Parts: sequence; structure tokens; C-alpha cells
Amino acid sequence: MKRSDGRKPEELRPLEITAGVLENATGSARVRMGRTIAVAGVFGPREMFPRRLQDFNRATVQCRYSMAPFSTDERARPGPSRRSKEISLVVRKALEPLIFLDEFPKAAIDIYIDIIQADAGTRTAAINAASVALADAGVPMRGLVSAVAAGKIDGKYVVDLAGKEEDASDCDLPVAYIPSQGKISLLQMDGNLAKEDVKALIKIATTACEDIEKKQRDALRKRWIK
Amino acid sequence: MSEDKLLKNTRDFVAPGDKLVESMEFLPGKNCFREGNGVFAKRLGLVSVQGRVLSVIPLNGVYMPNRDDMVIGEVTDVQSNGWVIDIQCPYQAYLPLSGVRGYIDSNKTDISKIYGVGDVIYGKIKMVNSMMSVHISMFDRICRKFSGGRVIRVNPAKVPRIIGKSGSMIDMIKSRTGCYVVVGQNGTIWLEGDKESFVIDVIRYIEENSASEGLTNKIEEILKRGVVHEKK
Repeated sequence: MKRSDGRKPEELRPLEITAGVLENATGSARVRMGRTIAVAGVFGPREMFPRRLQDFNRATVQCRYSMAPFSTDERARPGPSRRSKEISLVVRKALEPLIFLDEFPKAAIDIYIDIIQADAGTRTAAINAASVALADAGVPMRGLVSAVAAGKIDGKYVVDLAGKEEDASDCDLPVAYIPSQGKISLLQMDGNLAKEDVKALIKIATTACEDIEKKQRDALRKRWIK
Repeated sequence: MSEDKLLKNTRDFVAPGDKLVESMEFLPGKNCFREGNGVFAKRLGLVSVQGRVLSVIPLNGVYMPNRDDMVIGEVTDVQSNGWVIDIQCPYQAYLPLSGVRGYIDSNKTDISKIYGVGDVIYGKIKMVNSMMSVHISMFDRICRKFSGGRVIRVNPAKVPRIIGKSGSMIDMIKSRTGCYVVVGQNGTIWLEGDKESFVIDVIRYIEENSASEGLTNKIEEILKRGVVHEKK
């Protein structure tokens, strides 16, 4: 089976990862998955403001995901929305278990993710970019997290759905996976799926995540080893 | 113990989560952690093997204060019995009156005349507790307040490279340019002299090329040449 853009079912969209794209951030990355482009900047660990929110035992991760007004076909309203707040939360929760937060009591790690161009899979591109940006910033982590969405179109399992495919699919299952630990840090599901379908989709998504992780590591090496 | 078990060798590049060894014979050192039988890298950097201890020399990151570190900081606030110092780390440092040489009666003295807001000082970290309360002391003979000169900030992970083995790199820069250069372990550098701009360029060059080998020779050539990048 070939997909609308000529890809095989388990083939990712063209993936391009660049680390260290922002001068002012401690760490940064740009991820391009097909037509989706995400830029992430990490600041810190730095002093936590306001002070009343400081956690005396561990660092606090603050994540902000937002879409540029020009990222979609129709103008996206700038500023926080219900959707961006939800995605900020899930991205933070996907990354938090990876970070050695207890090494930085009272501090804050700020992650800012901007979607420059959107064509489905923005939360997975955001996680991929944020993970590379955190590593680039020298934040101690248990591993890199990679994310991809899997779905079912006409009874076939596919990974990394593009915009048109997402509209045509029966379901969408974004998965964030830590290949070095063999653990899943985010699993969401949109649509109805049988138990077997979920298992099969997780399997192809985690395999795809392993490929993404290799590219993430290559991007970091390219940035630091000249 | 056998070194052939190592999955990564000395000076190999590693990213977080990279497995260094799958054996209980080796111990996780700085920037490494153990998971099961394996030792993994915690941060992005270069591997260092010292006997049984595996560690990672980081390539980027913020400065975390340690006792006895010499740091350069800026006074950001003057309080009744001390000064608040910004030392470019996630925590503010405090210089109490007891950390300054000589007796100062805070009731009779305007302590902002000793160190005022905006002053840059070179101090020693006297105490860091588990709550990351950082205290600085000016008791050491080399501690002082800077007047004049320029202050630049570099990646704290590159400070050991700028200093060089037992100060070889920084001594070479100082002697060849005639500039006064003081490097704080927090990545803040104070410098003064006729060739300030050239020294800054040299330091930036070291920062950018810290992972390359034979850097000392390259810097020696640059210092001889007098310019960082040759005009084509």
C-alpha cells in the first residue's frame, strides 16, 4: 500500500533536525517533519520567578507551546488557547520524567516551542524539538525522547500522518518514547481503536521513534563536534 | 576489570541516555548514572575514563556553585548586613559583612561605599547548602573589587579549556598580550589592557573550538599573528 504522498506505511516524512539554532537560548533546536516546522528554545536552569512557585526539592519545568499566526492555512489567533494550553501540558509531562530535576532545587527550566508551519503532528514535532533543545542546553537527562503519531487509514497502520491523512484517518495515536529506556512517556488517542490496533500502532510508532532518536543524536553531534 | 567492555572510549561524543558500559565493574562518575547493570551518560559531552570511574565532560550547561570556587559576580543589591551577588547561576549568592576583611560596624558605616550596586567582585564560594543558599567570602588574598576593564560571559563548561592545564592557556594569553585577565569558574571573565578586543576574540575562538585537538598550538599561532582570522 502506498500513501497519498507516495510513502510506505511505516515510512516517516522527510525529517530534518538542527540543534543550536538560537543564539540567546541556553539550548535550542529546529525540527522539520514534512511540512511541519517546530522551533524550541530552552532557558535555564535559572532562578524561578515568582518565588512563591519555587519547589524547594526540585526544579520546575515550565513549557509554552504556541502556533505562529502564519503557521496554518487560515490565520491562527495568537496567544494562549485551550488547545495550546493542553499541548503545553502534555509536552511538559512527556519531558519531565526524563530530567534529573532534583539536581536543581528551587530553579526553573523554561521550554518555549513555536510552531512555524503546521501540517499535522505539531505536538510530536514539538516534543522532538524540545528534547534536542534540552540536551543541547546541557540539562541532565535520562535519555532523549522521540515522538511520532501513528494512525489507521483504510484498515492499514501508518506512522507520521500528514495533514490530509490525519483528516482521512479513523484515529490518531501520538506516542512519545524514550528508546534508551524502552519506556513510553506520552500516549494519547483520538478516535476509536480496538485493543489489537493500539498494540500494533504502539509497535510501529516506537520503531519509528528509534529512527528519530538516531537523527536527534546526529543533530547534537553535528552541532558540537566540528 | 577490562577496558574492552567499554562501549564508548575516552573523548567519544555522547548524548543523554548513551550507554557507556554494561558492567558492574565500572562506577558512574560525574554526569553519569547507573540503570540496572549499565552506566549511562546524563549530559551531552565527551567521555572520560579514569580507572573504574566513567564520567562525562559537559559541552554546555549552566554553572552550579561549589565550595571553594573562585567566581566573578556583580553586586545587585545592598542589604543591612551584606550584599546580594549575581554569579550567573540559578541561585543568587550572598556576601555577608562577616565575609569581608576587617571589622565593619554596619550602624556607623554606609556599606554601599564598600561595594555598591553594579560593582564587579572576585570572590570565593564559602558555603553551598542543600537548599542552594550560596555564601561568598572575600577573605582570600586574591579576592578583590574590579575597577575599570571589561567583563564578558562565556559558556561555564568551557572555562577549564580557557584556563588550560594548570593555567597554561590563560598564562600564555596574558603574557603574549600584556592584558590582565581573571577567569571566574562561573564563566564570567574580567579583562583589562590595550589589547582587550583581541583577547575577547581569542577567548571566543577557544569557546567555539574547545572540542578540537591541538587547540593550544592554534592559539599560540593566533597570538603570534595578532589576529584571530587571517584576511584572505
